[in-house]
Amino acid sequence: MIYSYYPGCTLKNKAADLDMYARQSAAALGFELREIEEWQCCGGVYPMAKDEIATKLSSVRNLNDAKMHGQSLVTLCSACHNVIKQVNNDMRTNEDIRTRANNYLKLDEPYNGETEVLHYLEVLRDVIGFDAVKEKVTNPLKGKKIAAYYGCLLLRPGSVLKMDDPENPSIMEDLIKAMGATPVVYPMRNECCGGYLSLEDKPAVAKRRETIVNSAKDFGCDCIITACPLCMYNLKKNESGVPVYYFTELLADALGLKAASEETA
Amino acid sequence: MDKKEEIELISGVNVLKCMRCGKCSGTCPSYDEMEYHPHQFVYMVETGNIDPLINSESLYRCLSCFACVERCPRGVEPAKVIEAVRLSAIRQKGANHLKAEQVPELIDDDVPQQLLVSAFRKYSK
Repeated sequence: MIYSYYPGCTLKNKAADLDMYARQSAAALGFELREIEEWQCCGGVYPMAKDEIATKLSSVRNLNDAKMHGQSLVTLCSACHNVIKQVNNDMRTNEDIRTRANNYLKLDEPYNGETEVLHYLEVLRDVIGFDAVKEKVTNPLKGKKIAAYYGCLLLRPGSVLKMDDPENPSIMEDLIKAMGATPVVYPMRNECCGGYLSLEDKPAVAKRRETIVNSAKDFGCDCIITACPLCMYNLKKNESGVPVYYFTELLADALGLKAASEETA
Repeated sequence: MDKKEEIELISGVNVLKCMRCGKCSGTCPSYDEMEYHPHQFVYMVETGNIDPLINSESLYRCLSCFACVERCPRGVEPAKVIEAVRLSAIRQKGANHLKAEQVPELIDDDVPQQLLVSAFRKYSK
Protein backbone atom coordinates (compact mmCIF):
# COMPACT_ATOMS: atom_id res chain seq x y z
CA MET A 1 0.00 0.00 0.00
CA ILE A 2 1.40 3.36 -1.02
CA TYR A 3 -0.12 6.62 0.17
CA SER A 4 0.64 10.19 -0.75
CA TYR A 5 1.90 11.82 2.40
CA TYR A 6 1.71 15.43 3.49
CA PRO A 7 4.12 16.13 6.37
CA GLY A 8 3.66 19.90 6.67
CA CYS A 9 6.05 22.56 7.93
CA THR A 10 6.46 21.57 11.57
CA LEU A 11 7.16 17.90 10.92
CA LYS A 12 10.23 18.99 8.99
CA ASN A 13 11.45 21.04 11.93
CA LYS A 14 10.33 21.08 15.56
CA ALA A 15 8.19 17.97 15.27
CA ALA A 16 10.67 15.83 13.33
CA ASP A 17 10.05 12.97 15.81
CA LEU A 18 6.35 12.87 15.01
CA ASP A 19 7.29 12.29 11.36
CA MET A 20 10.23 9.91 11.88
CA TYR A 21 8.39 7.50 14.17
CA ALA A 22 5.37 7.56 11.85
CA ARG A 23 7.48 6.52 8.87
CA GLN A 24 9.26 3.79 10.84
CA SER A 25 5.97 2.44 12.16
CA ALA A 26 4.35 2.56 8.73
CA ALA A 27 7.17 0.48 7.27
CA ALA A 28 6.81 -2.07 10.08
CA LEU A 29 3.05 -2.23 9.56
CA GLY A 30 3.31 -2.64 5.80
CA PHE A 31 2.38 0.67 4.26
CA GLU A 32 4.49 3.28 2.54
CA LEU A 33 4.27 7.04 2.77
CA ARG A 34 5.28 8.81 -0.45
CA GLU A 35 6.01 12.39 0.42
CA ILE A 36 4.37 14.81 -2.00
CA GLU A 37 6.96 16.59 -4.10
CA GLU A 38 7.11 20.33 -3.57
CA TRP A 39 4.28 20.33 -1.07
CA GLN A 40 3.18 23.70 0.19
CA CYS A 41 2.33 24.78 3.73
CA CYS A 42 -1.39 24.43 4.52
CA GLY A 43 -1.44 27.70 6.49
CA GLY A 44 -2.14 26.10 9.86
CA VAL A 45 -5.74 27.28 10.23
CA TYR A 46 -8.65 26.51 7.93
CA PRO A 47 -9.69 29.71 6.13
CA MET A 48 -13.38 29.89 6.98
CA ALA A 49 -14.22 32.90 4.81
CA LYS A 50 -16.42 32.00 1.87
CA ASP A 51 -14.87 34.73 -0.30
CA GLU A 52 -11.22 33.65 0.16
CA ILE A 53 -9.53 31.54 -2.50
CA ALA A 54 -5.81 32.32 -2.21
CA THR A 55 -5.53 30.84 1.28
CA LYS A 56 -7.08 27.57 0.08
CA LEU A 57 -4.90 27.04 -2.98
CA SER A 58 -1.94 25.34 -1.32
CA SER A 59 -4.24 22.64 0.04
CA VAL A 60 -5.77 22.15 -3.40
CA ARG A 61 -2.31 21.75 -4.98
CA ASN A 62 -1.42 19.08 -2.41
CA LEU A 63 -4.74 17.31 -2.92
CA ASN A 64 -4.34 17.39 -6.68
CA ASP A 65 -0.85 15.90 -6.47
CA ALA A 66 -2.31 12.89 -4.63
CA LYS A 67 -5.08 12.64 -7.22
CA MET A 68 -2.53 12.65 -10.06
CA HIS A 69 -0.79 9.70 -8.39
CA GLY A 70 -4.09 7.90 -7.87
CA GLN A 71 -3.44 7.75 -4.15
CA SER A 72 -5.22 8.71 -0.95
CA LEU A 73 -3.57 11.55 0.95
CA VAL A 74 -2.32 10.79 4.46
CA THR A 75 -1.75 13.55 7.01
CA LEU A 76 -0.33 13.43 10.50
CA CYS A 77 -0.35 16.90 12.07
CA SER A 78 -3.84 17.69 13.37
CA ALA A 79 -3.79 21.18 11.88
CA CYS A 80 -2.73 20.04 8.40
CA HIS A 81 -5.37 17.35 8.54
CA ASN A 82 -8.07 19.81 9.52
CA VAL A 83 -7.16 22.40 6.88
CA ILE A 84 -6.71 19.99 3.99
CA LYS A 85 -9.80 17.96 4.79
CA GLN A 86 -12.00 21.05 5.13
CA VAL A 87 -10.66 22.61 1.91
CA ASN A 88 -11.27 19.30 0.16
CA ASN A 89 -14.85 19.43 1.39
CA ASP A 90 -15.18 22.94 -0.06
CA MET A 91 -13.85 21.75 -3.40
CA ARG A 92 -16.40 18.97 -3.40
CA THR A 93 -19.44 20.85 -2.17
CA ASN A 94 -19.03 24.59 -2.81
CA GLU A 95 -19.40 25.40 -6.49
CA ASP A 96 -18.24 28.99 -6.13
CA ILE A 97 -14.98 28.06 -4.37
CA ARG A 98 -14.39 25.13 -6.74
CA THR A 99 -14.87 27.26 -9.85
CA ARG A 100 -12.70 30.14 -8.69
CA ALA A 101 -9.90 27.90 -7.38
CA ASN A 102 -9.80 25.97 -10.64
CA ASN A 103 -9.90 29.15 -12.69
CA TYR A 104 -6.85 30.32 -10.85
CA LEU A 105 -4.88 27.08 -10.81
CA LYS A 106 -5.46 26.03 -14.45
CA LEU A 107 -4.62 22.40 -13.71
CA ASP A 108 -4.52 19.87 -16.54
CA GLU A 109 -7.96 18.82 -15.43
CA PRO A 110 -10.11 20.57 -12.81
CA TYR A 111 -9.84 19.38 -9.22
CA ASN A 112 -13.25 18.62 -7.75
CA GLY A 113 -12.45 17.14 -4.36
CA GLU A 114 -11.76 13.61 -5.62
CA THR A 115 -8.90 12.78 -3.25
CA GLU A 116 -9.60 10.81 -0.09
CA VAL A 117 -7.93 12.46 2.91
CA LEU A 118 -6.98 10.10 5.72
CA HIS A 119 -5.34 10.84 9.00
CA TYR A 120 -2.57 8.39 9.90
CA LEU A 121 -4.76 7.16 12.76
CA GLU A 122 -7.51 6.34 10.27
CA VAL A 123 -5.09 4.24 8.23
CA LEU A 124 -4.22 2.32 11.38
CA ARG A 125 -7.89 1.78 12.29
CA ASP A 126 -9.59 1.35 8.92
CA VAL A 127 -6.93 -0.11 6.63
CA ILE A 128 -4.41 -1.95 8.79
CA GLY A 129 -6.84 -2.59 11.66
CA PHE A 130 -6.02 -2.30 15.34
CA ASP A 131 -6.06 -6.10 15.69
CA ALA A 132 -3.28 -6.33 13.11
CA VAL A 133 -1.38 -3.54 14.88
CA LYS A 134 -1.71 -5.50 18.10
CA GLU A 135 -0.24 -8.59 16.46
CA LYS A 136 2.84 -6.60 15.41
CA VAL A 137 3.42 -5.25 18.92
CA THR A 138 6.60 -6.82 20.30
CA ASN A 139 7.06 -4.48 23.22
CA PRO A 140 3.61 -4.05 24.77
CA LEU A 141 3.37 -0.95 26.93
CA LYS A 142 1.97 -2.99 29.80
CA GLY A 143 0.79 -1.13 32.87
CA LYS A 144 1.11 2.27 31.24
CA LYS A 145 -1.92 4.51 31.71
CA ILE A 146 -2.13 6.79 28.71
CA ALA A 147 -4.43 9.78 28.26
CA ALA A 148 -5.19 10.57 24.63
CA TYR A 149 -5.44 14.30 23.98
CA TYR A 150 -7.49 15.02 20.87
CA GLY A 151 -7.67 18.78 21.21
CA CYS A 152 -9.86 20.56 18.73
CA LEU A 153 -8.61 20.03 15.20
CA LEU A 154 -8.63 16.25 14.85
CA LEU A 155 -12.36 15.92 15.42
CA ARG A 156 -14.15 19.15 14.54
CA PRO A 157 -16.28 19.95 12.74
CA GLY A 158 -17.43 16.36 12.97
CA SER A 159 -19.69 16.68 9.91
CA VAL A 160 -16.62 17.31 7.73
CA LEU A 161 -13.77 15.56 9.56
CA LYS A 162 -15.78 12.34 10.04
CA MET A 163 -12.96 10.63 11.90
CA ASP A 164 -14.78 9.79 15.06
CA ASP A 165 -17.57 10.87 17.38
CA PRO A 166 -16.49 14.47 18.07
CA GLU A 167 -17.76 14.39 21.65
CA ASN A 168 -16.93 10.81 22.59
CA PRO A 169 -14.02 9.66 20.42
CA SER A 170 -12.34 6.27 20.75
CA ILE A 171 -9.77 6.02 17.95
CA MET A 172 -6.74 6.87 20.08
CA GLU A 173 -8.02 4.88 23.05
CA ASP A 174 -8.34 1.85 20.76
CA LEU A 175 -4.77 2.40 19.56
CA ILE A 176 -3.61 2.61 23.18
CA LYS A 177 -5.26 -0.75 23.86
CA ALA A 178 -3.62 -2.24 20.76
CA MET A 179 -0.25 -1.08 22.09
CA GLY A 180 -0.88 -3.06 25.27
CA ALA A 181 -1.48 -0.04 27.50
CA THR A 182 -4.55 1.22 29.37
CA PRO A 183 -6.42 4.25 28.02
CA VAL A 184 -7.43 6.99 30.43
CA VAL A 185 -10.65 8.76 29.43
CA TYR A 186 -11.01 12.25 30.91
CA PRO A 187 -13.36 15.20 30.38
CA MET A 188 -10.94 17.70 28.79
CA ARG A 189 -9.58 15.44 26.07
CA ASN A 190 -11.35 17.24 23.23
CA GLU A 191 -11.12 20.83 24.48
CA CYS A 192 -8.73 23.31 22.87
CA CYS A 193 -5.23 23.83 24.35
CA GLY A 194 -5.18 27.53 23.53
CA GLY A 195 -3.55 27.11 20.12
CA TYR A 196 -1.76 30.13 18.67
CA LEU A 197 -2.74 32.30 21.64
CA SER A 198 0.59 31.24 23.17
CA LEU A 199 2.23 33.90 21.02
CA GLU A 200 0.34 36.79 22.61
CA ASP A 201 -1.04 35.58 25.90
CA LYS A 202 1.02 32.92 27.62
CA PRO A 203 -0.87 33.16 30.96
CA ALA A 204 -4.18 32.35 29.23
CA VAL A 205 -2.62 29.30 27.59
CA ALA A 206 -1.03 28.24 30.90
CA LYS A 207 -4.52 28.24 32.41
CA ARG A 208 -5.82 26.03 29.60
CA ARG A 209 -2.80 23.74 29.90
CA GLU A 210 -3.16 23.17 33.63
CA THR A 211 -6.91 22.55 33.33
CA ILE A 212 -6.33 19.91 30.65
CA VAL A 213 -3.33 18.22 32.26
CA ASN A 214 -4.95 18.20 35.71
CA SER A 215 -8.07 16.65 34.23
CA ALA A 216 -5.98 13.84 32.71
CA LYS A 217 -3.95 13.46 35.91
CA ASP A 218 -7.04 13.33 38.11
CA PHE A 219 -8.23 10.37 36.06
CA GLY A 220 -4.94 8.61 36.73
CA CYS A 221 -2.73 8.97 33.66
CA ASP A 222 1.05 8.43 33.54
CA CYS A 223 1.44 10.35 30.32
CA ILE A 224 -0.46 12.12 27.54
CA ILE A 225 -0.30 11.52 23.79
CA THR A 226 -1.11 13.94 20.98
CA ALA A 227 -0.93 14.21 17.20
CA CYS A 228 -0.46 17.96 17.12
CA PRO A 229 2.85 19.90 17.45
CA LEU A 230 1.10 22.98 18.81
CA CYS A 231 -0.75 20.96 21.47
CA MET A 232 2.64 19.42 22.31
CA TYR A 233 4.22 22.85 22.71
CA ASN A 234 1.35 24.18 24.80
CA LEU A 235 1.00 21.14 27.07
CA LYS A 236 4.47 19.77 27.63
CA LYS A 237 5.77 22.32 30.14
CA ASN A 238 3.01 21.57 32.64
CA GLU A 239 3.39 22.14 36.36
CA SER A 240 2.65 18.50 37.23
CA GLY A 241 5.51 17.19 35.11
CA VAL A 242 3.20 14.83 33.20
CA PRO A 243 5.13 13.75 30.09
CA VAL A 244 3.55 14.43 26.70
CA TYR A 245 4.48 12.25 23.70
CA TYR A 246 3.58 12.13 20.05
CA PHE A 247 1.41 9.05 19.57
CA THR A 248 3.82 7.84 16.88
CA GLU A 249 6.69 7.69 19.36
CA LEU A 250 4.78 5.31 21.64
CA LEU A 251 3.62 3.33 18.61
CA ALA A 252 7.22 2.88 17.45
CA ASP A 253 8.14 1.90 21.00
CA ALA A 254 5.39 -0.72 21.14
CA LEU A 255 6.42 -2.07 17.75
CA GLY A 256 9.93 -2.57 19.10
CA LEU A 257 11.39 0.00 16.72
CA LYS A 258 12.58 2.49 19.28
CA ALA A 259 14.79 0.06 21.17
CA ALA A 260 16.16 -1.21 17.86
CA SER A 261 17.01 2.27 16.59
CA GLU A 262 18.62 3.19 19.92
CA GLU A 263 20.81 0.08 19.82
CA THR A 264 22.14 0.93 16.38
CA ALA A 265 22.55 4.59 17.28
CA MET B 1 -23.08 47.01 0.81
CA ASP B 2 -23.35 47.75 4.52
CA LYS B 3 -21.22 46.08 7.18
CA LYS B 4 -23.89 43.56 8.07
CA GLU B 5 -24.20 42.40 4.47
CA GLU B 6 -20.42 42.21 4.20
CA ILE B 7 -20.19 39.99 7.30
CA GLU B 8 -22.97 37.75 6.02
CA LEU B 9 -21.26 37.45 2.64
CA ILE B 10 -17.82 36.60 4.05
CA SER B 11 -19.15 34.17 6.66
CA GLY B 12 -22.00 32.59 4.75
CA VAL B 13 -23.85 32.56 8.09
CA ASN B 14 -27.53 33.34 8.57
CA VAL B 15 -27.51 34.97 12.01
CA LEU B 16 -31.33 34.80 12.17
CA LYS B 17 -31.04 31.08 12.88
CA CYS B 18 -29.72 31.88 16.37
CA MET B 19 -32.19 31.08 19.19
CA ARG B 20 -30.03 32.76 21.86
CA CYS B 21 -29.29 29.69 23.98
CA GLY B 22 -25.74 30.83 24.69
CA LYS B 23 -24.18 27.41 24.23
CA CYS B 24 -21.47 28.87 21.97
CA SER B 25 -20.25 31.15 24.72
CA GLY B 26 -20.69 28.44 27.34
CA THR B 27 -18.32 26.15 25.47
CA CYS B 28 -15.81 28.78 24.27
CA PRO B 29 -12.29 28.21 25.69
CA SER B 30 -11.53 31.93 25.34
CA TYR B 31 -14.69 33.10 27.13
CA ASP B 32 -12.91 34.56 30.17
CA GLU B 33 -10.60 36.70 28.07
CA MET B 34 -13.25 38.10 25.74
CA GLU B 35 -14.91 41.50 25.93
CA TYR B 36 -17.61 40.34 23.51
CA HIS B 37 -18.51 36.66 23.62
CA PRO B 38 -19.52 34.43 20.70
CA HIS B 39 -23.28 34.81 21.27
CA GLN B 40 -22.82 38.59 21.38
CA PHE B 41 -21.00 38.54 18.03
CA VAL B 42 -23.98 36.77 16.50
CA TYR B 43 -26.55 39.11 18.09
CA MET B 44 -24.62 42.32 17.37
CA VAL B 45 -24.20 41.37 13.73
CA GLU B 46 -27.93 40.63 13.57
CA THR B 47 -28.74 44.09 14.93
CA GLY B 48 -26.08 45.81 12.81
CA ASN B 49 -24.11 46.97 15.86
CA ILE B 50 -20.78 45.94 14.33
CA ASP B 51 -18.33 48.79 14.98
CA PRO B 52 -17.73 47.84 18.65
CA LEU B 53 -16.81 44.32 17.47
CA ILE B 54 -14.41 45.56 14.80
CA ASN B 55 -12.59 47.65 17.38
CA SER B 56 -12.45 44.93 20.05
CA GLU B 57 -9.48 42.73 20.96
CA SER B 58 -11.98 39.88 21.24
CA LEU B 59 -11.47 39.38 17.51
CA TYR B 60 -8.04 37.92 18.22
CA ARG B 61 -9.24 35.60 20.97
CA CYS B 62 -11.10 33.14 18.78
CA LEU B 63 -8.95 30.00 18.50
CA SER B 64 -10.73 28.43 15.51
CA CYS B 65 -11.25 25.36 17.71
CA PHE B 66 -14.74 24.82 16.23
CA ALA B 67 -16.28 24.05 19.64
CA CYS B 68 -19.09 26.55 19.02
CA VAL B 69 -19.53 25.30 15.46
CA GLU B 70 -19.83 21.71 16.64
CA ARG B 71 -22.10 22.39 19.59
CA CYS B 72 -24.53 25.00 18.28
CA PRO B 73 -27.95 23.28 18.23
CA ARG B 74 -29.07 25.50 15.33
CA GLY B 75 -26.01 25.19 13.10
CA VAL B 76 -25.28 28.92 13.24
CA GLU B 77 -21.47 28.50 13.20
CA PRO B 78 -20.55 31.50 15.38
CA ALA B 79 -16.79 31.08 14.68
CA LYS B 80 -17.46 31.99 11.06
CA VAL B 81 -19.14 35.21 12.14
CA ILE B 82 -16.15 36.13 14.32
CA GLU B 83 -13.78 35.26 11.47
CA ALA B 84 -15.72 37.48 9.08
CA VAL B 85 -15.68 40.46 11.45
CA ARG B 86 -11.95 39.94 12.03
CA LEU B 87 -11.29 39.86 8.29
CA SER B 88 -13.39 42.96 7.83
CA ALA B 89 -10.99 44.62 10.28
CA ILE B 90 -7.59 43.33 9.13
CA ARG B 91 -8.32 43.57 5.42
CA GLN B 92 -8.13 47.33 5.80
CA LYS B 93 -4.80 48.89 4.89
CA GLY B 94 -2.35 48.97 7.80
CA ALA B 95 -4.71 47.09 10.13
CA ASN B 96 -2.65 43.92 10.59
CA HIS B 97 -2.82 42.75 14.18
CA LEU B 98 0.55 40.97 14.07
CA LYS B 99 3.62 42.37 12.33
CA ALA B 100 6.70 40.34 11.47
CA GLU B 101 8.99 42.68 13.45
CA GLN B 102 7.12 41.81 16.65
CA VAL B 103 7.76 38.08 16.34
CA PRO B 104 11.36 37.70 17.63
CA GLU B 105 10.48 38.97 21.09
CA LEU B 106 7.40 36.74 21.32
CA ILE B 107 9.03 33.37 20.65
CA ASP B 108 11.38 30.91 22.31
CA ASP B 109 13.52 28.09 20.91
CA ASP B 110 10.75 25.49 21.12
CA VAL B 111 8.07 27.37 19.19
CA PRO B 112 6.71 25.11 16.45
CA GLN B 113 6.48 26.58 12.96
CA GLN B 114 2.78 25.78 13.08
CA LEU B 115 2.28 28.42 15.76
CA LEU B 116 3.71 31.23 13.63
CA VAL B 117 1.97 30.12 10.46
CA SER B 118 -1.36 29.95 12.28
CA ALA B 119 -0.92 33.28 14.03
CA PHE B 120 -0.08 35.05 10.79
CA ARG B 121 -3.07 33.56 9.06
CA LYS B 122 -5.38 34.74 11.83
CA TYR B 123 -3.84 38.10 12.59
CA SER B 124 -2.51 39.53 9.33
CA LYS B 125 -3.26 40.01 5.66
